[in-house]
Amino acid sequence: MSSRMRRRAVNAAMTILCALGLLIALVPLVSVLWLVISKGVRGLSLDFFTQLPTPVGEAGGGVGNAILGSLYIVGIASAIGVPLGVGAGVYLAERGGGRAGDAIRFTAEVLSGVPSIIVGIVAYGLVVLPMRRFSALAGGVALAVLMVPTLARSTEELVRLVPRHLREASLALGVPEWRTSLRVVLRTALGGILTAVLLAVARASGETAPLLFTSLNNQYWNWRSDQPTASLTVQIYNYAVSPYQDWHDKAWSAALVLLLVVGALSLVARFLARSRFGAQR
Amino acid sequence: MIRSAARPKVEVQDLNAWFRGVHALRGVTLTVPANTVLAIIGPSGCGKSTFVRCINRMHELVPGAHQSGHILVDGQDLHARGVDPVDLRRRVGMVFQRANPFPTMSILDNVVAGLKLNGIRGNHAEIAEKSLHQAALWDEVKDRLQTSALSLSGGQQQRLCIARALAIGPEVLLMDEPASALDPIATAKIEELIRELREQLTIVIVTHNMQQAARVSDATAFFYMGELVEHGPTEQIFTNPKESRTEDYVTGKFG
Amino acid sequence: MALKKHTDRTYDAELEELRSKLLTLGGKVEAEIAQSVRALSDRDSKLAEQVVGSDREVNRLELEVDESCRRLLALRQPAASDLRFITTALKIVVDLERIGDLAVNIAERAIDLNQSPPLRPVHDLTRLAQLCQSQVRKALDSFVDADVDKAQAVIKDDDLLDALYHNLFNELLALMMEDPRNIRRANSLLFVAKHLERLGDHATNVAEMVVYMVRGTDVRHPHSRETTGQP
Repeated sequence: MSSRMRRRAVNAAMTILCALGLLIALVPLVSVLWLVISKGVRGLSLDFFTQLPTPVGEAGGGVGNAILGSLYIVGIASAIGVPLGVGAGVYLAERGGGRAGDAIRFTAEVLSGVPSIIVGIVAYGLVVLPMRRFSALAGGVALAVLMVPTLARSTEELVRLVPRHLREASLALGVPEWRTSLRVVLRTALGGILTAVLLAVARASGETAPLLFTSLNNQYWNWRSDQPTASLTVQIYNYAVSPYQDWHDKAWSAALVLLLVVGALSLVARFLARSRFGAQR
Repeated sequence: MIRSAARPKVEVQDLNAWFRGVHALRGVTLTVPANTVLAIIGPSGCGKSTFVRCINRMHELVPGAHQSGHILVDGQDLHARGVDPVDLRRRVGMVFQRANPFPTMSILDNVVAGLKLNGIRGNHAEIAEKSLHQAALWDEVKDRLQTSALSLSGGQQQRLCIARALAIGPEVLLMDEPASALDPIATAKIEELIRELREQLTIVIVTHNMQQAARVSDATAFFYMGELVEHGPTEQIFTNPKESRTEDYVTGKFG
Repeated sequence: MALKKHTDRTYDAELEELRSKLLTLGGKVEAEIAQSVRALSDRDSKLAEQVVGSDREVNRLELEVDESCRRLLALRQPAASDLRFITTALKIVVDLERIGDLAVNIAERAIDLNQSPPLRPVHDLTRLAQLCQSQVRKALDSFVDADVDKAQAVIKDDDLLDALYHNLFNELLALMMEDPRNIRRANSLLFVAKHLERLGDHATNVAEMVVYMVRGTDVRHPHSRETTGQP
């Protein structure tokens, strides 16, 4: 057949192949969503969000303390991890040439590959043992260790993306280098960094293993950082491995809640990336 | 215009500069009288940009850079002990080839960025208006001072950068090919601006466009391979230069 | 002239073309002078008529030179030596064309004089004619060779030329007073002398522009200059 027809045929075939690939890739995502939503939506109620868990067999109850606990632990993790991670990223981008910079970058790469359960065990050794108790703080530390490497790498990339001529413009105005880094460079990269932070937080919210040895779990409300604290992920785990059907149902519902929270965070991150805050035009 | 017999505004004495092992400037000596415009011309890589960046000590920020010789502004050696480069850059402003307004700031904030970032107090709105007038941009932006700086055209952005540099009140303005990325009309506006600014400042402008140098400057310096080949009144450089290398460059016999 | 070529070879070629047009023009007016002087001395009216006819060519060349110069100024933004060369060309083409016109005037006078019997020979006229021819030749040579010394010799000799003219004027005046029948012819010769003297002035103009072209200094009207520091 003529080359034009042949080109069209090949084009169509490739398009179909790509579409097929997309569909296949979508299958697990869609099935997860479908399962969680269909099985979890039943148990959702106002009580579910606000009540404490009830003992086996008793109907009702909720995961209010787990939601709060997750927020609390992730909050601590962010308070530790975000300044450290972003700070390290800015340092690497601005002054990261040479041996020290290379060493820090290497460390970050290695750390980002460490399995999260190992991080949990390390936090156990570093925080739980000396404190002689499980605590939200330990959980926060573990999650922070997970957040820092990726945040540092992302921040470094984003800060490097800020064009050199913006730095020069600021320096030429007689602004000292440190203030230039902070108020010009960082501010320009802020949109991107905010997105990276939100994504890191979303990821941390979904961790289970590190929390098993650090914050453990708690059936009650907890406001203290030095006590074991409930978290959504651990609660889901506990419910899921139990032999009780109604706890299984609760697990699905809790999973749906977690999905919603993480999904919301990601959406906000994407929205911010596109809005006025963004550095790129 | 009366030129007093006082010290020249900028004096350069036997300036040598290196970076990354390259000897970029070789023994440059010249003076710039106050309230005049000096144009620096020469082929690519001749050291023009390096030269102006020495005057506001931005050359030092390049890795592996160092220099010898003296540069004096108002008789004061820029490298004397106790001279703060950051301070110096408020007296010697700079405008770059590519307009570089801060993207996250509005037009107004951009103009006063030099003041705000340095924590200098004052009536920022008034200073901004004055600077924008000086930069011949006020009429075009007075109704949209709060909009993003990136909404302006290329030529307007460059004038915004000039206003930003002027807002700090420098005495010397360095311009590194300020109009090379602009269309002829925008270029003409900037050139007109330079002629007006001369009354308040001393200006050194680097340009690869010889006709621009001929139009805006009082004196022209021709650089080649790091050396100052010839420095004289602009009219003389373009009608009857003394050095054959200058003659060759100006008539297009180079290369 | 500069030995280095312009990076833009077309520009080089255009400048060369301008130069050669000027030289052609110069050659033609030199020939015109020689012919018209000979027509006078040899009483050759045919030669004189040839001179009158050839002036058309000279005028055409003047227009071409002007056109080339304008074009170069508009399109090339010439600087330094190129600028001086082109502005010199613009000026000397006027002088050369006038020289041609004056040669034609001399030829016309020759035709007129040849219709009457000759007056007794006037030495100074021959000398004046020779000097003028040599001034024009030297001025053109100085342009071709960019030779300032030759040009300055021409400028200096203009005084000699003026002196010769004055002598000739007195001699012819005497002739007229001697015999009224001489008046008409002597008057024609007086005109010829005047034309020759003007011719010499134009040659001097050319020489002054050559000095500017080579040195960049304008040596015209030394007594009218303000003290601006210009030599």
